[in-house]
Amino acid sequence: MAHADEAAVFNKDEAKVDWHDKALWFVRQKRDKSAHNVKGWENLRDLASAIKANVLSNLDGYLLQFEENAQKNGVTVHWAADAEEHNKIVHSILAKHDVKKVVKSKSMLTEECHLNPYLESHDIEVIDTDLGERIVQLAQEPPSHIVLPAIHKRKEEVDVLFQEHLGTKPCNGDPQYLTSEARKHLRDKFLKADAAITGVNFAVADTGGFVVCTNEGNADMGAHLAKVHIACMGMEKLIPQEKHLGVFLRLLARSATGQPITTYSSHFNKPEPGKEMHIVIVDNGRTEQLSREDFRASLHCIRCGACMNTCPIYRRSGGHSYKATIPGPIGSILSPGIDLKKHSSLPFASTLCGSCSDVCPVKINIHEQLYKWRQVIVKDVPQPVVKKTVLKIAGSVLANSKMYSFVGKSSRFMLKHAPRFLIYSKLNAWGKARDLPEVKNENFDEWYKKRKKNE
Amino acid sequence: MKVGLFIPCYINQLYPQVGIATLEVLEKLGVEVVYPTGQTCCGQPLGNSGYEDDSKGICQLFVENFKEFDYIVGPSGSCVYHVKKHFDILEQTEEVIRVRKNTYELCQFIYEVLGKTDLGASFPYKVGIHKSCHGLRGLRLGSCSERMDDHYSTEESLLKEVKGLELKTLNRVDECCGFGGTFSVFEEAISVKMGKDRIQDHLDSDVEVVTGADHSCLMHLEGLINRNKQPLKVMHIAEILNSSI
Repeated sequence: MAHADEAAVFNKDEAKVDWHDKALWFVRQKRDKSAHNVKGWENLRDLASAIKANVLSNLDGYLLQFEENAQKNGVTVHWAADAEEHNKIVHSILAKHDVKKVVKSKSMLTEECHLNPYLESHDIEVIDTDLGERIVQLAQEPPSHIVLPAIHKRKEEVDVLFQEHLGTKPCNGDPQYLTSEARKHLRDKFLKADAAITGVNFAVADTGGFVVCTNEGNADMGAHLAKVHIACMGMEKLIPQEKHLGVFLRLLARSATGQPITTYSSHFNKPEPGKEMHIVIVDNGRTEQLSREDFRASLHCIRCGACMNTCPIYRRSGGHSYKATIPGPIGSILSPGIDLKKHSSLPFASTLCGSCSDVCPVKINIHEQLYKWRQVIVKDVPQPVVKKTVLKIAGSVLANSKMYSFVGKSSRFMLKHAPRFLIYSKLNAWGKARDLPEVKNENFDEWYKKRKKNE
Repeated sequence: MKVGLFIPCYINQLYPQVGIATLEVLEKLGVEVVYPTGQTCCGQPLGNSGYEDDSKGICQLFVENFKEFDYIVGPSGSCVYHVKKHFDILEQTEEVIRVRKNTYELCQFIYEVLGKTDLGASFPYKVGIHKSCHGLRGLRLGSCSERMDDHYSTEESLLKEVKGLELKTLNRVDECCGFGGTFSVFEEAISVKMGKDRIQDHLDSDVEVVTGADHSCLMHLEGLINRNKQPLKVMHIAEILNSSI
């Protein structure tokens, strides 16, 4: 189903839409307050954008530098061209150590590669340890938001879910009780895990280290307890130097949730004695996106989710309506690069209001890229005949003053005199919930001509 | 100074009163205004739908109609933004560059080019501004809530000088109304919901008249208000600036 159809289904429960909208707007407001407290916020955004542009322009060099330094630190570096190779690499590391139980902290990349089902098909248990991710994992749903994976679920729904899967007592959605039960459940998983998988927020080229940001400390719990740590990263996650973290860490959490910084910003540099650390660097379409001049800047993304929280459409259609690993505005410019046909409705799921571009901490021109994708899509993906025909005809009529004048007049005549049932027929999507403007006796052209005559 | 009056297609056909108010406001300010008959549209409906290439004839006709003027002024932020931003699809001749540079949204022209704020208008009502996105974030008619800039607003600066007018502050000062051109039809459910939410904000903020510098947003909001028989009136900012009630 296209985004519009999914959104229409979501909108059948208006109370839920209002709740979802308010929950995310609350996060956006927290972000505003927090950003207001930083002097030079707009300069920071400029700086972050420039650093990312530099990284993307020199990506080959930074990647090799990062690999070399990571190897010096005793880390094993792997390269994966696509999701399949990534999954195979991760599995081969786990197989080597005969791992049966894995804990994983939040990583949108492993979602993108569908790592969990792959490992599960090889009889490996994968437990998502971020609370929100664990909730959607138990519900067998994909995350609906990249920072707040279970934002679409009310606490009462989590209550029921936990009763079913964790054997909790009914508690009317008491968050304190539910989180303490989740904590117990996850502690047990951490202690029994043979390997830990984490994502990577920032990989530092000149040190070979990387930083993982969490609020729950779950990346640390996993990585420190297990004998093998595998960190999976998209190849655009690099920053040149450690000092640049001073720019990005200030922007990331404020943009994401309004916190000054995430509770844990964990720096990983080398494996503990007797343990292994692996980094899997993944392309999976990123090189191709890098080659598209109009869409290159989409790779600046640091996955803060601010564009989702601010997007008036996302807030009212829910993350699942996008049917993509990364939903919302940023997902709508990334996903078409991966599968144009499948995601062809996403760049149209926007009013091009531009709020996403102004909220983005790395200044991705998201709404301009949405506009650009539309131009690509109508050429490369078959469009509904009616839409295409109407717009093509409009192109000719509006390029011709006389024809325009004739069509304008006759349309107004129609609107004024046709019976209501005809105008408000099923074909008129505008008129389902909205009245059409009242048609006046003359248009501006006619009024102006009359005035000229009387001068 | 010779100004070419740009009346967007839907205003020409459906809201002639907005065009008339625009012309009268500019004439009151002593500007020589000419309305080139034969103008049609800026091509935005096609561009935003992905059919930019099919709109080249429209854009070229726009340039043809307006190339002689010192300034081109229209009462629609989003159409003006389209001319300035998306006429990059034409060959950038001197004429095209000049037209793109000299096209202004009405409020911006009054405030920035003419340097005026008090137009001697009076309008004794409680007014809420709908800051249309293309005007706000495209033309930067004001500061937007996402950016940490100092507050300014071209529309507010003009409306504050209107006698008797009481400006109301909304809860969400610059959220999109959900019109979005063909979005309003192809994403009907969300478009309508966004519009309803905007209207509720105005109602909650004790507004009597919703105004703005972009009548396409207002057309969408008015359609909902009329259907749901809500106690709000919708007027383009040019109509308020031209009032002497």
